[in-house]
Amino acid sequence: MTSPIGHGLAQTLDALRDSRSGLTRCDFDSVDLDTWIGRVAGLEDYGVRDDLHEHDCRNNRLLQMALEQDGFADAVRAATDKYGHDRVGVFLGTSTAGIYQTELAYRRRDPASGALPPDFNYATTHNTFSPTGFTQAYFGLRGPAATVSSACSSSAKVFASARRMIEAGMIDAALVGGVDSLCLTTLYGFNSLGLTSAQACRPYDAERNGISIGEAAAVILLERLPEQVDVDAVLLLGIGESSDAYHMSSPHPEGNGARAAMQNALNMAGLTADQIDYINLHGTATPANDAAEGKAVQAVFGSDTACSSTKGATGHTLGAAGGIEAIICALALQHGLLPGGVNTTQLDPALSLDYLTGNRMQKAARALSNSFGFGGTNCSLILGRAN
Amino acid sequence: MKPTLHILDAYIDGIGLLGPGLVDWPTSRDILNGDAPYEYRTTVLPAPASLPPAERRRCGPIVKLSLAVGFEAAAMAGMPVEHLPTVFSASGGDGKNCHEICEMLASDDRLISPTRFHNSVHNAAAGYWSIAAAATATSSVLCAYDASFGAGLLEALAQVMVDRTPCLLIACDTSYPQPLHALRPIPDEFGVGLAFSPVRSARSLARICVRLTSDPADALTNGAFEQHRAGIPSARSLPLLIALASGRATSMVLDYFPNQRLAVEITPC
Repeated sequence: MTSPIGHGLAQTLDALRDSRSGLTRCDFDSVDLDTWIGRVAGLEDYGVRDDLHEHDCRNNRLLQMALEQDGFADAVRAATDKYGHDRVGVFLGTSTAGIYQTELAYRRRDPASGALPPDFNYATTHNTFSPTGFTQAYFGLRGPAATVSSACSSSAKVFASARRMIEAGMIDAALVGGVDSLCLTTLYGFNSLGLTSAQACRPYDAERNGISIGEAAAVILLERLPEQVDVDAVLLLGIGESSDAYHMSSPHPEGNGARAAMQNALNMAGLTADQIDYINLHGTATPANDAAEGKAVQAVFGSDTACSSTKGATGHTLGAAGGIEAIICALALQHGLLPGGVNTTQLDPALSLDYLTGNRMQKAARALSNSFGFGGTNCSLILGRAN
Repeated sequence: MKPTLHILDAYIDGIGLLGPGLVDWPTSRDILNGDAPYEYRTTVLPAPASLPPAERRRCGPIVKLSLAVGFEAAAMAGMPVEHLPTVFSASGGDGKNCHEICEMLASDDRLISPTRFHNSVHNAAAGYWSIAAAATATSSVLCAYDASFGAGLLEALAQVMVDRTPCLLIACDTSYPQPLHALRPIPDEFGVGLAFSPVRSARSLARICVRLTSDPADALTNGAFEQHRAGIPSARSLPLLIALASGRATSMVLDYFPNQRLAVEITPC
């Protein structure tokens, strides 16, 4: 994974150990908003593989960085050798794909005809399918594939699509995850809703006042449980999905949908709430989101389960959030490190939870990760250590 | 352990359809069958009566289209929508809204409105559906460019088979204005709703079996329908809809990815 706190797993783990935030004052493009962002360094000087140049855009550059880290590409090639190219699926989440490419193209329209510049590739950059198509092309995969685009739950929901396709016998393995990159649409869009903070975001803080938008890519290879499992392996134990049926851009005030997602995940895993050691909260740092999620967590888990939001470190990476937070949960389980939420100084007393403001070194067997989005879409994942 | 199961199957209990010259399933069935003449008319989108007035005012064409075909299919299947899982598949979002956002962001006045922004998300139709139907079940929201209908079909059938639940597929596309239209020339709005059930019931119209194939996709002999099929991703469903309209057992190959298609068998109940 690549996010504002690091390129690859080692840097990410170091940043979590050091409680480092990757948020900075917004200096993206010509954006004139008073807000903070989580920006990935080096994207401007990076390009996608030569033979895939039609896919070149900020979003696919970020995705390729993740594909090429930590032996991931080798693991995918080993899976295709083992199962065949048509037995490996691709399910990636994104909210805006490469729309930044279109925003740039609209600044270069032909003054007479209004046409977009000839070097602009709609299908392979802007279209929501672009990151998934890029990944198929990168590895030559021919299995079932789709982009999941349900706003900020996207790259948690991909686990559900992949799991069903594996269980149905259509594929043996799936490349899942998500990617979203900075663009004007989301910066000005969230600003229009009054949801961006003028400071680095402070999840679950009494003074929290909005999100910091970030960019990230996460990729995970999902396979059926083998007979022999590596002791360090992390297993997907449960997935819970629900819809709010309430409002397009506000969560249900009592967190009903969030509660159903967490409970459904526990049900699928066959676990009770007390068997979860850590919750990676959606925790965007808007007043309404954290209040609704906090109530829902308390209703399902009570007040004693260790929890935190890592968005104070990474920013809200939107369609990539579920993917990077699943990986952060996996790191937490593998290294016995429950990451404290950074930037939060004064916990909201109305949300009575065991919210970690500093790291806790503690063996953990199972973690739950929440991802909720616009349109009232909710997804909770439960991951566990194999041993 | 290598699985042996490579086929997805389910029962089709309900159909919703809206497209150029196709206003609903009952009248379209006769047209697709050749029992009634086809006449091209631009797609007319009904105002979604199921939405509260504020949402009804705010929603765009992709929402109106999705709600129309979704409610038609669910009603025909007699499935209560509150607990019905859904799959929304679309090759793009609200094209006009996207164009207007890009135009504003390229201008000196970049302050887009909140409504414009929340209508820009790919899951806008799924969100409005959830509000209109009071639906709290899961919803998968997909895009696979020209393969979007096939991707939605596989997702819905996998859900029916694995989770043993009914599932409603809503596959819709709307068009872009210029200048994006030149690069993505979807000619008109087209939407299809298919309600699937894991078990056969008195409502079941047909059994559907789907597997992957490398065979080429079937084209249609009717020139107008073939133009829709080739030009609008969700209209890649037309060979399937024609088979369902005929009431005859049919094998066909539906378009999916350039190197992967779907072999589909329809057996009427």
